[in-house]
Amino acid sequence: MGLDIRFPIGLMFTLLGALLSAYGLATGSDSALYASSLGTNVNLWWGLVLFLFGAAMLFFAWRGRRKP
Amino acid sequence: MHLHFIDYSIMLIYVGFVIGIGFALKRYMKTSADFFLSGHSIPTWVCGLAFLSANLGALELVGMAASGAKYGIATCHFYWLGAIPAMVFLAVFMMPFYYGSKARSVPEYLKLRFDERTRCFNSLTFAVMTVFTSGISMNALAGLLHSLLGWNYDLSLWICSAVVLVYVLKGGLTSAIYTEVLQFFMIVLGFSPVVYLGMKDVGGWDHLKSLLQGVATDPQKLGLNAHSFAPNAWTSAWAPIAAGPAANPMGVDIFALVFGLGFVMSFGYWCTNFLVIQRAMAAKNMAGARRTPLVAAVPKMLFPLLVILPGMIAVALASTEKGGYRLPQVMISSSAYPAAVAAVKSASASHLDPAAAESSIAAAAKRGLDPAKVAALVADNASKSLDDSVIQQRLQDAVTDNDYNGVILSLVSRYCPPGLMGLALTALLASFMSGMAGNVTAFNTVWTYDLYQAYIAPNKSDHHYLRMGQAVTVVGILLSIVCAYVASNYSNAMDIVQLVFGFVNAPLFATFLLGMFWARTTSHGAFFGLCGGTLMSALFHGCTLASGNVPGIKGGWITVLQGFPSEMAQNFWLATFAFSICFGFTVVISLATRRTKTNEELQGLVYSMTPRIVEPDQAWYLRPGVLGTVLLLVCAGLNFWFW
Repeated sequence: MGLDIRFPIGLMFTLLGALLSAYGLATGSDSALYASSLGTNVNLWWGLVLFLFGAAMLFFAWRGRRKP
Repeated sequence: MHLHFIDYSIMLIYVGFVIGIGFALKRYMKTSADFFLSGHSIPTWVCGLAFLSANLGALELVGMAASGAKYGIATCHFYWLGAIPAMVFLAVFMMPFYYGSKARSVPEYLKLRFDERTRCFNSLTFAVMTVFTSGISMNALAGLLHSLLGWNYDLSLWICSAVVLVYVLKGGLTSAIYTEVLQFFMIVLGFSPVVYLGMKDVGGWDHLKSLLQGVATDPQKLGLNAHSFAPNAWTSAWAPIAAGPAANPMGVDIFALVFGLGFVMSFGYWCTNFLVIQRAMAAKNMAGARRTPLVAAVPKMLFPLLVILPGMIAVALASTEKGGYRLPQVMISSSAYPAAVAAVKSASASHLDPAAAESSIAAAAKRGLDPAKVAALVADNASKSLDDSVIQQRLQDAVTDNDYNGVILSLVSRYCPPGLMGLALTALLASFMSGMAGNVTAFNTVWTYDLYQAYIAPNKSDHHYLRMGQAVTVVGILLSIVCAYVASNYSNAMDIVQLVFGFVNAPLFATFLLGMFWARTTSHGAFFGLCGGTLMSALFHGCTLASGNVPGIKGGWITVLQGFPSEMAQNFWLATFAFSICFGFTVVISLATRRTKTNEELQGLVYSMTPRIVEPDQAWYLRPGVLGTVLLLVCAGLNFWFW
């Protein structure tokens, strides 16, 4: 099938990751918000993980397109 | 639970992407093979993850956490014993016949190997089953969104179904497979932070183990089980089972577990269910199709970390009441409240003795209640009459029946701040929707190829069948919605339907096993063996009963000849019995009847008539046999580790 699934996966997770870490940065000073996650700013860190995962997927998709 | 703007944004992004994938795939849907079989063009790793996700519906996610709480680590048997060996067997021995026979579906294989009768029986029951399965899961989804977030039941049901409709209609099986892969990553990435935070909160694996040892010796305290067990009952996978049905919370013996679950039920599901096999059949080539279940087996082996561990964490937390955590309780239904409140008031007024008061209130509320809390409520209400709403609240607080299906969400709401919450809920939503898409794509294929083309309108143009497939996708989704409403209004009817499917599925693997590996099996043998096995499994169910159940839907509706310590043991033995009967009938009838297929016709369908597959350009370490052996060794290692 012509569509490489790694593109949409990569795109979606970079987007979600960026959104989540931006939200984490913006709310980082609000310690009451992160009391539930045991004091970790889990949005920031996990957002970065999602972003890196998405970027890796995009990289593989890009590499796959170069050598057909 | 309250959602923020960020949570809604995450959900909308996900929905936008799955619909976008559907539209992007639309231009590739030219023939019916593109729509139903993805044109045999999907990369192996994608097929493998879809193979896994198609089985990992949301009900599985919720149910495995529930079992993790109820039975502890022994729940892993549904993965390490009840899935991995069967997946390896499918890849090494059975996939060559499914993929190599050019059959387009599992029922079509039955037609090629036997005759139309067996195919018709299998395709009809399978088609009905997929529709019901997707209806039941959509009902659970809409019910969950309603109780958790206060969303409107009808609106959630129709909107989620509409999303699935759009992307399946546009992109066919490929759409379903692609979104299943997306769902796989959503689940892994959405739930692992929850598990991580839970582990951190509970104090690590060793501390979790010691807490669960305390739970095992006194499970009554949390309402988990009426009996006490040895300390390792929640933390050892095999030792409590080997000690007999009374020594493990599942109430099963080792033979029923290994033969019933590990062989009959697991092979019957993974090796014959078109829903999962369709994903492997979409692969590019034979090597890809055979590696699909092996690719899926790797994450499958690790999934207990993500789906069973949360249940165990929840029980451990509840045993310490850390941060006021308790297992979620079953809600008192709103229709039972007036009677329950009245019962509290009359108990307060009449100075009944506490035990009598408690039992009358519990009967009115239709739930098990904590006697101490009820006595306090009755006394408080007697000294100063309380508001109805306060009584309701305190009654709900006194409920001791655990709502195990709420375990995973109780952890999500405990640990997730806004943002992460949106991610976890989107993962759940994704698994519900892709479960529906999976069932609908299997349904439209079986309907179009095995029922419509076979019996209603043969010899039409390919374009005609493509249009039919699209039309029946709409019908399938509408039927699922109807089933969802049936499930929400007549849950008893749904229990009966699922029971009947259980009877049909239990003996099925015997038919496939004999058909693929014994050329002498005749079509009479297969058909009557299957019918006999189905009938006998119904009879078995009618004559047996698990302890604690009343005769009826749970069994014993003819007469009770044999009791079992638990429902799970009853199910495992039923599968064992149905398989053996079907096997025996098929062998005897086959020997007594004449073969209708020649050796030439059976080429590619039966093991002994098919030349061995030689793939000289394939590296030795990529051979299914080698990969399968490695997987089985790793799996055996896991079993020993958690013995």
